[in-house]
Amino acid sequence: MRHLIDPMDLSVEDIDRLLDRADDIAENPEKYQEVCKHKKLATLFFEPSTRTRLSFEAAMLELGGSVLGFSSADSSSASKGESVADTARVVACYADIIAMRHPKEGAPYVASQFVDIPIINAGDGGHNHPTQTLTDLLTIRREKGRLNNFTIGFCGDLKFGRTVHSLIKALSRYENINYIMISPEELQIPEYLKKDVFEKKGILFRQVQKMEDVMPELDVIYMTRVQRERFFNEADYIRLKDSYILDTDKLKTAKKDLSILHPLPRVNEISVKVDKDPRACYFKQTLNGKHVRMALIMDLLGVSADEH
Amino acid sequence: MNIDSIKNGIVLDHITAGRGMDIYKSLELDQLDCSVAIIKNVKSSKMGKKDIIKISDNFEVNFDVLGYIDPEITVCVIENGKVESKHKVELPKMIKNIAKCKNPRCITSVEQEIDHIFKLTDRENQVYRCIYCESKLKKN
Repeated sequence: MRHLIDPMDLSVEDIDRLLDRADDIAENPEKYQEVCKHKKLATLFFEPSTRTRLSFEAAMLELGGSVLGFSSADSSSASKGESVADTARVVACYADIIAMRHPKEGAPYVASQFVDIPIINAGDGGHNHPTQTLTDLLTIRREKGRLNNFTIGFCGDLKFGRTVHSLIKALSRYENINYIMISPEELQIPEYLKKDVFEKKGILFRQVQKMEDVMPELDVIYMTRVQRERFFNEADYIRLKDSYILDTDKLKTAKKDLSILHPLPRVNEISVKVDKDPRACYFKQTLNGKHVRMALIMDLLGVSADEH
Repeated sequence: MNIDSIKNGIVLDHITAGRGMDIYKSLELDQLDCSVAIIKNVKSSKMGKKDIIKISDNFEVNFDVLGYIDPEITVCVIENGKVESKHKVELPKMIKNIAKCKNPRCITSVEQEIDHIFKLTDRENQVYRCIYCESKLKKN
């Protein structure tokens, strides 16, 4: 693996290796604090995403490396009309690895065609966000102890949510997972996922409209935000909006060991009262994101703790 | 209707009826100085009807273009009035700058210098996807 552009670039073995290392990083952070000494990560963020950028920067700093970069297109040469390929080639002269966020789909892939240093896709429009997928996989594995044999409910906007699509594709390679899609009809998962992933692999899934109906069955619930502007009419939004807000009432019928995930930022789709519930994993998920990015940076740079 | 046979050149046979003009435009045959004939709706025992294009000169045929537009085509090379060789075209695994990605969110929509490349992802259903944004290519 030279670059990470698409979550499906990762084999199951790659994922296992990265998650194992992320676990070791969490347990033995001191082992890793100098593994990237004298290495530089460039964070090229052509659109703002403070959370992801800080996670990458914190990851590199905790590995003993340095960071440089920009956090919006306005502060880069893109504002002067420079191409992604040229920006990548220039930055490759200064840094050892690049994490790129871009509003246009495929921009990190273009960059990867022009440089010899590793490129990590840190989100390209509504297309891919592979390190979020790794974060989600690590969180499920840490919470459940496995990546198979469980029931997962995806709740909210399943049509436009790229984190949901990527996670479904990644999980489809693991066995015996029951998928329950909880969304209004307008926001169901796209046809291509039904055909190319579920039907092709013979995976059964259910589509329901209310999370209350399936809550007792779930081992994991992956929440996403339902935006008002996605609905065709106001009446439907008002009728359905509360069905996609997770609160302490709805959790009464849930399993004691349910894991609640959310890629964040949250608006109101998870009540703040749920934050105190031990089943809430979304802030742990953020920490997991840093650990798995540390593991990924090490992997792509070809460094290991044993050398230090 | 009679159209002279050619002495040296290329005959594109078994073109699906109605696609002759698409082939003509895509291969930029209007740029050639030699005679070019498009024969439409020729009776065919195998296809019912078909189009044929005759080009009275040697011409480097872009098989990827032909394969993408119409994988049923046969390319016949004519030398000294005889069929020297016949070649079947097939769906190309990759096409470059033959079609454009229509996804407004794709990087190709803003960076003009990038090649428009599509990969064959489903041979059975002839599905091509943009290598950058994975959008499905819709044939005209």
